[in-house]
Parts: sequence; structure tokens; C-alpha cells
Amino acid sequence: MTQGERTASERADFKRDLAAVVPHLRAFARGLCGRADMADDLVQEALLKAWAAQDRFEPGTSMRAWTFVILRNAYLTDMRRNRFRGEYDENVAERILTAPAGQEEPIHLADLHRALLTLPPERREALLLVGAGGFSYEEAASICGCAVGTIKSRVGRARAALNTMLADGSVPKRSIDDETAHRAILEELEEVAAGNGVAARG
Amino acid sequence: MTQTNREGRSTQPKPGHKRGAESKPGAKANGELPGWTNGLRQLYDQVVDEDLPDSFRDLLSRLDDQR
Repeated sequence: MTQGERTASERADFKRDLAAVVPHLRAFARGLCGRADMADDLVQEALLKAWAAQDRFEPGTSMRAWTFVILRNAYLTDMRRNRFRGEYDENVAERILTAPAGQEEPIHLADLHRALLTLPPERREALLLVGAGGFSYEEAASICGCAVGTIKSRVGRARAALNTMLADGSVPKRSIDDETAHRAILEELEEVAAGNGVAARG
Repeated sequence: MTQTNREGRSTQPKPGHKRGAESKPGAKANGELPGWTNGLRQLYDQVVDEDLPDSFRDLLSRLDDQR
């Protein structure tokens, strides 16, 4: 570890900023891989990598965006090693989403989470970044290392798929056992393995 | 802890969040978002608002030793 560049106070600032984004990293990771324990492992891995790479962080830029790139790369690496299969932890989200005004049927967050996990990883992450993390399309494109139009298209497809699933009630019971989800994940992995899927790699 | 949890959110809301007319489920004709768009954010925020497990505190404190 050669980290000679930074002063003690810069390192302290970095660490403070890094600590502040941990809850966001956990939320993003859980959305990506579905399992709380695996998500936390992923975040720990990302934190160590971020710390080791701190000289490459430009102070004043978004720590959240910077660390999301690291987390995402760690996730994709693990995906390729087949560690995650979009598993869903039943204990995580058995909560009911309160129905917005004018909506008759409340949506279960657990259903939403399961539906989310059936999406191909690239669409899922795009939707998470924009729809949950609150990043702009431009920021999400920068995090994923792809064009803004690509992000828009992924988000659009992800939304359309969720709309259909949630409207039809065709959310799989458990994504791990679900044929459709499993196939989607495998197809996506093949695409990634073929070099089409991953635009940015660390 | 709450204020630090919110780091990075300051640039929101933004154009990406005013979604147009998407249909279903439960969305009214024009302009109203499907209920799950809010749910997506709830899923995220639930995790953001969780207490940080000790393992993270330990890891963060250990970083200082890696000089």
C-alpha cells in the first residue's frame, strides 16, 4: 500500500466522507444482489478497495458516485464468479408499502424487491441508481461507464418490466427458484461474458 | 447519524424523478406514477436508515491502522 500523497487531514476527510456513504452503499448493494449478508460483504470489499485507492479520489467530487463505481465493479466481478444469483432474502422486506392516495391495492415491498431481482443486472442497477438512489441519468451513465441514452433505455425497460409484473401479479414467488428469473440472469451473464455487458471495469 | 446518512442526496430531486405518464399498476391516466416507484425508494431508504452493523464500524476503525 503506497499512499504517500495524502496528508493526515486529507485522509481524515476522506475517511469521514467514506463513512458517510456506507449506508448508501449498503442500500445499493442490497438492491443489486438481494441478500443482506452478501450485500454487506460486498460493501466491505468496496470500502477496502476505496480506501486503498483514495489517492485517485478527487476531493470535492461525489464520494457516493465514486464508491458506487467501485461497489459495482466488485459486484460484477463476483457475478462472473457466480457468487450471486439474484437470491432473495425473505426476511429482508416483508413489509407492506402503504398505498398511495388513489391506489386501491397496496404493493408489497417484498414483491417489488423480488420483481426487481428478476431484472437483468444492468437494468436493475440502472433503475436502482436513478429510481432509488436518486442519481440523474447523466450521473448513472457515468457510474456505469455507458452513454446516457443507454441508461435511459435500461431504466425504461426495467420500469416497463416491473409495471407488467406488478400489474399482472406475475412476480415470482422466489426469484432463485423461478425459471424466468434464472434464465434472465443466465442470459445476462452470457452477455457479460461475451464482453457486451460490462462497459466499465475497474 | 441521520444527517450523515443523507450524504450525496443533496442534488435531488431532479428531472430524472419527475416521471411522466407510466401506466399501472394503480396509476391514474396521466402524470401519476405507479405506486412502486415510491416503493423502490422506500426499499433503498429502509436500508439507508438501518443502524450500521458493528462490522462496519470495526472495519472503518481498522482503516486507520493501514497506514
